[in-house]
Amino acid sequence: MSFIAFLGAIELGLVYTLPAFGIFISFRILNIPDLTADGSFVLGAAVSAVLTAAGHPVAGLAAGITAGAAAGLITAILQTKCGIAPILSGILTMTGLYTINLLVMGGRANMPLLNNETVFTLSAALFGDIFYKLELLLFIVTLIFVLYYLFFKTQLGLSIRATGDNEDMVRASSIDTDSTKMVAFAISNATIALSGALVAQMQQSADINMGAGLIVIGLASLIIGDAIIKNKTITRGLLSVIAGAVLYRLLIALILTTNLAPSYLKLISALVVAIAIATPTMKKKFELKKLQKKEASLC
Amino acid sequence: MKKTLLFITIVLLLATATGCTGPSDSPADNSKDILKIGIALPMEHPSLITIQESIIDELAAQGVDMDINVKNAQGDPSNISTIISQFIGDDVDVIVPIATPTAQAAAAATKDIPIVFAAVSYPVEAGLVTAFDKTDGNITGITNAIAIDETFKLAQTLTPDVKTFGFVYNTGEVNAVSSIERAKEYCDANGLEYKEAIITNTGELQQAAQSLAGKVDAIFSPNDNMVASAMPVLAGEGIRAKLPVYVGADSMVADGGFASVGIDYTILGKQVAQMVIRIIANGEAISDNPIEVVCEYAKIINKTTADQIGAEIPQELLDTFTILE
Repeated sequence: MSFIAFLGAIELGLVYTLPAFGIFISFRILNIPDLTADGSFVLGAAVSAVLTAAGHPVAGLAAGITAGAAAGLITAILQTKCGIAPILSGILTMTGLYTINLLVMGGRANMPLLNNETVFTLSAALFGDIFYKLELLLFIVTLIFVLYYLFFKTQLGLSIRATGDNEDMVRASSIDTDSTKMVAFAISNATIALSGALVAQMQQSADINMGAGLIVIGLASLIIGDAIIKNKTITRGLLSVIAGAVLYRLLIALILTTNLAPSYLKLISALVVAIAIATPTMKKKFELKKLQKKEASLC
Repeated sequence: MKKTLLFITIVLLLATATGCTGPSDSPADNSKDILKIGIALPMEHPSLITIQESIIDELAAQGVDMDINVKNAQGDPSNISTIISQFIGDDVDVIVPIATPTAQAAAAATKDIPIVFAAVSYPVEAGLVTAFDKTDGNITGITNAIAIDETFKLAQTLTPDVKTFGFVYNTGEVNAVSSIERAKEYCDANGLEYKEAIITNTGELQQAAQSLAGKVDAIFSPNDNMVASAMPVLAGEGIRAKLPVYVGADSMVADGGFASVGIDYTILGKQVAQMVIRIIANGEAISDNPIEVVCEYAKIINKTTADQIGAEIPQELLDTFTILE
């Protein structure tokens, strides 16, 4: 792997850490599968692209975050106030967002931003032309990490965590779990949309199909992260997500450098993820067997 | 903590074991003997694979010794930029992105390495260039804008009674949407009516086609990747309702569509290969190589489908068109 490919993989890993953070909130903290992600990612990208094309890249990021939060809120309202099952409400929002995203981009499926000023060209003016993407993305991921860390220590943050652990208990303490869910889903999808907004500016185009498979990428990052860092606290959980997202990208880049037929990419990445998840369990089983044998020989 | 250390070790190992070095030692001075070409595809797709194979065949036929590296994102858009940065890191002499998203990713990633794209239907709308003959950056290529007017003229020759067309396409594909816009312009200018049926995934194709039956006299679908990948469904519905289905690609006629004046992807691939040779082997400037359109269209009629819907094919078309039995 060349230096540029390595750097590219780290950058992509960092920018795809953000949706993994969002998915961490819904799947891990709340224990509710939220499929809005594929749609809110593209929503963030579309909003950011429109504003970037108009010459406001930073406002594009802010508007992307806000739009993502709104999308998350809709999913949460469908779930809590309308009593629609979690998976279905996510699917409904995602499906509806397809049209919204097309409308945002003025009825077109693709919006180019080549030669527009983006947050990355602004960053290049600050950091020089090699590490400007990496430094900006490191800054943003660190910022979100710190914000998450602080938020989940507040009263509201703790209530959200408690909602995921034991909803009945939280209700019994007269906390409205509907509103904790709404806040959590809004934050989750805002983070996912921020990633979309950044990717659009980084790759200088927004495309209606760019969210395809985002949930799978996010979950793979979560699971690989788990295999590296045991997540018992929020801090370790978030750190494991960063590690997982970056490692996942490095693995994909590594598979792509090999000279295997291109069609093997998916199978091999599935195998690698499966091995990553299975290793700790297999190791435990192996050690258990060894102990049993030892015991047997002692008897 | 052990795990964290393990992770850092893995990352560092990956970096060093794969020969990762600093950016300072760019090998500008050592001359390369073999030219390196990186071909990037966004997904597995019959037309795109045809282009890829045709490029490789033509390069070999022209006797150019090249190190060809083909990568396919397998339908995951996030893999495209990994592929492109790998090409840049490998210091390829030319990047050949097939289809719009890969071309945009390549254009965003480099302003120095020549890019010769294939099968971008609307390069100006995609933001790659400002005009077909203004290739003053590092980008040029072969566009596959389909012959909309010719297809409709063919339709009026083959089935003169058709007054209302039904358009079936995917709103999520910039090439399909742009083709439909031109089709609408043609219909408006020639006093033809049209109705639209939109799909967003292949599962919706059957219902979309059925919704048109009884309301239209013919169906038109452009070079739409999604419709193309489920073409037998649309063809089947057309035959059931006895409607001629005009399409934008030869592969779609092979899959049961009625007729097309469409893109011949083998010829497109050949043109791409020839442009690549001109630019990197012969050292021609990109600005001297404006964007080309496909020089020859595939004119093709499916006789089996014609018989099933009871359409007559005039003798002069039997002579000039490729007829599929």
